[in-house]
Amino acid sequence: MNSINSSVRDKLLAILTGVTFVGLWEILPASGLINPFFTSSPSRIYVAAKWLFANGFWNDIYVSLTQFTLGMLLAMVVGIVLGLLLGWYKTLNAMFEPFVTMLNAMPRVALLPIIILWLGIGMESKIAAVFLGAFLPIIITVMKGVRTVDENLIKCARSFGANDAQMFLTLAVPSSLPFIVAGLHIAVGRGLVGVVIGELLASQAGVGHMMAKASATFQIDKVFVGVLFLAVFGYLLTELLKLIEKQFEKWRPQ
Amino acid sequence: MNIEARNLSVDYTLRLTNEPLAALKSVSFSVESGKFVCLIGASGCGKTTLLNVAAGLVAPSAGELLLDGVPVYGPGRDRAMVFQSAALLPWRTVFKNAMYGLEIQGYPFREAKRIVSELIDLVGLTGFEKSFPRELSGGMQQRVNLARALATQPKLLLMDEPFASLDAQMREYMQGEIERIWQQTRQTTLFVTHSIDEAVFLADEIIVMTSRPGRIKTTVQVDLPRPRALEMKKDPRFHAIADSLRDQLDREFREMMGQGIFQGD
Ligand SMILES: Nc1ncnc2c1ncn2[C@@H]1O[C@H](COP(=O)(O)OP(=O)(O)O)[C@@H](O)[C@H]1O
Ligand SMILES: [Mg+2]
Repeated sequence: MNSINSSVRDKLLAILTGVTFVGLWEILPASGLINPFFTSSPSRIYVAAKWLFANGFWNDIYVSLTQFTLGMLLAMVVGIVLGLLLGWYKTLNAMFEPFVTMLNAMPRVALLPIIILWLGIGMESKIAAVFLGAFLPIIITVMKGVRTVDENLIKCARSFGANDAQMFLTLAVPSSLPFIVAGLHIAVGRGLVGVVIGELLASQAGVGHMMAKASATFQIDKVFVGVLFLAVFGYLLTELLKLIEKQFEKWRPQ
Repeated sequence: MNIEARNLSVDYTLRLTNEPLAALKSVSFSVESGKFVCLIGASGCGKTTLLNVAAGLVAPSAGELLLDGVPVYGPGRDRAMVFQSAALLPWRTVFKNAMYGLEIQGYPFREAKRIVSELIDLVGLTGFEKSFPRELSGGMQQRVNLARALATQPKLLLMDEPFASLDAQMREYMQGEIERIWQQTRQTTLFVTHSIDEAVFLADEIIVMTSRPGRIKTTVQVDLPRPRALEMKKDPRFHAIADSLRDQLDREFREMMGQGIFQGD
C-alpha cells in the first residue's frame, strides 16, 4: 500500500516538475524577461510543429527512422554475433579484441567525413553512421556477458560430455541475453547521435536535415520540434527496452 | 560399474608459482559394482580431484582409474556428477534443468520428457517443474541437481558433498531421501562427504583418505541392514562404526598437525 502510494507520489512529482518547466518556458519569454528568438516557447514550438507536419515532416521522420532502424539492425546482427564469437573463442578474441578496444576508444564521429566521401550524402552514409555508433557498445557488452558464464556450469556441461558448440549454445548465448539488452540501451543513444550528426553534416532529408536547414535560417522553433521529436523517440525506445529487461528478472539470481 | 584405482596420482600446476602440487599420491582401491561408497577426509585432501578423475574432467598424472576394466578417457554417458554447488542453469526452469544432461546427450525430446517427469516425482519436486532455481531453497536446488544426474541413467553416480551447504535439519532429511532413492536405482555411487555421520548412514563402504597429498588411509565396511531409516542413527551398531571412524580421522588429524605447525607439542 505504502509503496503504491509512494510510486504515485513520485509520478505526480515528476509531472509537477515538467509542468512547471513548460510553464516557465512559456511565461518568461512572453513577459519579455528573455528573448524568444533564442529560447522559443512551447506555444511557438506547437505552431511550428503543426506547420511542419503539414509540410513534409512526415517524410523527414520516415527517412530518419528508416536509416536508424536499418543501421541498428545491422549493428545488432554484427554486434551480437561478433560479441558472442569473440567472447567465447580465445583465438578470435586474441586476433580482434585490441582493435575493438581501439575503435571503441576513438571518437568515431571523426570517421563521418570519410564515410560521406565513400557513401555519399544519401541514406547509406547515415545507416553507416548509426551502425558505427551502435555496434561497439553491443559487441563489448556481449563479450562481457559471454565471459561471465559460471565456471561451474561449464564443468557441469563438460561432465555430460557437451562439446564446445553445445556449451556455446546452451550456456554462453542464454547467459549473455541480459547483456545484449544492456548493450542495446547504450546503442540506442549512440545510434540516434549517429543519424542526427550524419544528417547535420550532409543530407537531403531527415529530421537532422530539417534542423540544420531551420537553424541556418534562424528558425529556432523548428529546431526545437526536431529536438523534442528525438527526445521522445529515444525515451520510448528506452522504455521498451526496460519492458524487455523485465523478462530476465524472472530468473536472474539475487 | 566396477571401479579400480591403480597407483593413481594427480599433480596440479600452481598458476602463480608454476610449482607442482600433489593432490593425489598413488591411490589404489577398488569398488564392486552396485555399492554405495563414501569418500571421507579433511578438506583439501583430494576428494573432489578423485571424483573429477572418475568423471573424466581431470586426467591422472600417473597410474590409472579403470571403470569396468577400461581406463577413463574423458567424460562419458555412463557417468554423471552431482556438484557441490548446485550448478543449475538460472534461466531454465526446474524441468528443463533436469532435462539438461539428456539434451546434451542427444536424447529424443519425448523420451527425455518422460524420463524427467518420473524423476521429478522420485526426487520430490512435483509441482515445482516450472519454477526457476532462484525460487528454490538450497535443498530443492540439490534435488534438481540430483534429478539431472539421475536422468541420464548413469552406471556410476558421482556426488561431491551435495549437502555441504544445507542446514543440519535439511541435511538429515536429504540423507534419508538419498537412501530412499538409491533403494530404487541401486547405482554404483561414489559420495564425497566430510561428515562421519553422513558417511556411516549412507555407505556400504567408507574410504578414509589422508590429508594432502591424498592417499587411502583405510577402508571401513558398514554392514548395517538396508533399507535404512534415520532412526538408524540411534542404533548402537551405528555408533560403534562412527566412533571407530572418528578415531581414525582423529589420529590422521594429529599426525598432520604433528608434521606441521604443532611440531614439538
Ligand atoms: N585446478 C586446480 N589447480 C591447482 N590446485 C588445485 C586445483 N584443484 C584443486 N587444487 C588443490 O588440490 C588439493 C585438493 O583439492 P580437492 O580435490 O578440491 O580437495 P577436497 O575436495 O578434498 O577438498 C587442494 O590443495 C587444492 O587447493
Ligand atoms: Mg571438494
